[in-house]
Amino acid sequence: MKILVAVKRVIDYNVQIRVKEDGTGVVTDNVKMSTNPPDDNAIEEAVKIKESGKASEIVAITVGEEKAQETVRKALAVGADRGIHIKADGIIEPLAVSKILQKVVDKEKPDLVFMGKQAIDDDCNQTGQMLAALLNWPQATFASKIEVKEKTLEVTREVDEGLETIEVSIPAIVTCDLRLNEPRYASLPNIMKAKKKPIEQINASDLGVDVKPRIEQLKVEEPPKRKAGIKVSSVEELVQKLKNEAKVI
Amino acid sequence: MSVLLIAEHNNKEIKSFTLNAITAASQIDEDLHVLLIGHNADEVAKSLSLVPNVKKVIQVDNEIYENYLAENFTPVVLKQAENYSHIVCSANTFGKNLMPRIAALLDTSQVSDIIKVISADTFLRPIYAGNAFATVKSSDAKKCVTIRPTSFEAAQTSGGTAEIIKADTHEAAKNTKFIKKEEVKSDRPELGTARIVISGGRGMQSGENFKLITDIADKLNAAIGASRAAVDAGYITNDHQVGQTGKVVVPDLYIAVGISGAIQHLAGMKESKIIVAINKDGEAPIFSVADYGLEADLFEALPKFLEELNKLNTIQK
Ligand SMILES: Cc1cc2nc3c(=O)[nH]c(=O)nc-3n(C[C@H](O)[C@H](O)[C@H](O)COP(=O)(O)OP(=O)(O)OC[C@H]3O[C@@H](n4cnc5c(N)ncnc54)[C@H](O)[C@@H]3O)c2cc1C
Ligand SMILES: Nc1ncnc2c1ncn2[C@@H]1O[C@H](COP(=O)(O)O)[C@@H](O)[C@H]1O
Repeated sequence: MKILVAVKRVIDYNVQIRVKEDGTGVVTDNVKMSTNPPDDNAIEEAVKIKESGKASEIVAITVGEEKAQETVRKALAVGADRGIHIKADGIIEPLAVSKILQKVVDKEKPDLVFMGKQAIDDDCNQTGQMLAALLNWPQATFASKIEVKEKTLEVTREVDEGLETIEVSIPAIVTCDLRLNEPRYASLPNIMKAKKKPIEQINASDLGVDVKPRIEQLKVEEPPKRKAGIKVSSVEELVQKLKNEAKVI
Repeated sequence: MSVLLIAEHNNKEIKSFTLNAITAASQIDEDLHVLLIGHNADEVAKSLSLVPNVKKVIQVDNEIYENYLAENFTPVVLKQAENYSHIVCSANTFGKNLMPRIAALLDTSQVSDIIKVISADTFLRPIYAGNAFATVKSSDAKKCVTIRPTSFEAAQTSGGTAEIIKADTHEAAKNTKFIKKEEVKSDRPELGTARIVISGGRGMQSGENFKLITDIADKLNAAIGASRAAVDAGYITNDHQVGQTGKVVVPDLYIAVGISGAIQHLAGMKESKIIVAINKDGEAPIFSVADYGLEADLFEALPKFLEELNKLNTIQK
């Protein structure tokens, strides 16, 4: 079985975002970048399945600028076998990413595609479902548990009401939740080894996919700030304030 | 131009977030039709027809829609889509799972999780866990939009007289099978719509200690929330998680107990009207968004809090 894993390079989740003064976006210069967190879970799950003997190859893929390659390199260091970097600059919307991934799936013919449930920069939560639609494959989104069976996967999904279990036949798309597993760190020897693993680079334009954004970002601004609050010195004072000042209890 | 909204329901009742989405959808265009896909859901159709903002209810009934699978719903929506300029639903796990599947097949770039309708093609949406707001304009002919329910009032539920029409079903998807849903049933108000929410974090130290929180929730008729750390540690189930990858809540009163206030948690609660933080670390970032901060050990503060609440002879419900 072959697993394709999509990883996106995003601003590190610990960075306090700053909005550019001219309203065109957020500051990315000299800002720490990392793999989108749930994409680390996607890689980890693929590696675990390979370790259990149920998968033979893991291919990590990213779509983005030159530096996005680092994200693929990191995936190689934790256990992916080879990488693909589709080069494209600027904002590539989930629809375009999914069309690109569709082309790659047609060529690579993986049995499973693992992705994150949501990119923490655009917070779109779309790409996996879109790819599943374009391929007419089943989708198991927001996965917190995956059981690989003969020709199917049994997936536990995190939904608003609690947990849902579905069975999807292979080939399938899975989008991963953070609770799926505990991503491992790359060991130094594995980081060294990853440097020798191949990464194929392809220009998005050579795939015949129109990546031009359909959504124009007119303005990016800071959210309204909250008024500074106060510290109370006791529980009694807190309850009094809630009752008489805020009038919420 | 008309808007088609996909209703979320459990075949007996409309899910409350659908009512918030109805409000947003009718701001896009007043000619709002609701698509109800389900099984034996006549009661739901009836109550949707009573919502004044709804102009028509399109009901699709088949046992294959008893449980909701995006693979089964999508072809039904696509069949209806040609008559509409906008397809919308709420941005909860229902809509997030379903809408992109529809959008891709309509070759539309979806606008996710809007918090404001600026015009029929322009919307406001949070990005980077709500640390920035983007005004975005869609150039697609047909627009697929999901709506952050807590940013819109719930629509009224009586006085309307929409007609209910039946529409065709589609064959069931072969490659996806529903197995089970483990729903956490509770008598407490729903997290997404409760007037008061009290949440516990890693500082609670154990699932048993959450009793300190439940006692207060009972007293205040509040819903119970949690940080991801508390869910990950197994203190409480995932449906309680508030934040960027959990639920967004906007109650009148949000009480964060033993929660540090990571940006991913703030993303889910910082629009609350009044925020209270109880934390023993005076430097915890949660205090920067709290209207009232109490620097204290929660194991002393919570029992005392309950005691003080018990002294109040009236508590607003
Ligand atoms: C991609 C991504 C998405 C995420 N999504 C979410 C999300 O949706 N929701 C979410 O909550 N988190 C989310 N997180 C995790 C988030 O970054 C934090 O790790 C998490 O919110 C921390 O939870 P916490 O505040 O309970 O724990 P901690 O940060 O460990 O804080 C515990 C707090 O309890 C206080 N405390 C301890 N003991 C006591 C005591 N006896 N009395 C009083 N106070 C005490 C401490 O001072 C501390 O401030 C996400 C992370 C990532 C990377
Ligand atoms: N540019 C990209 N390159 C690789 N994977 C991506 C890219 N954009 C999105 N993805 C994948 O799709 C998931 C969901 O992203 P989104 O739909 O943008 O929230 C991410 O977690 C990734 O796995």
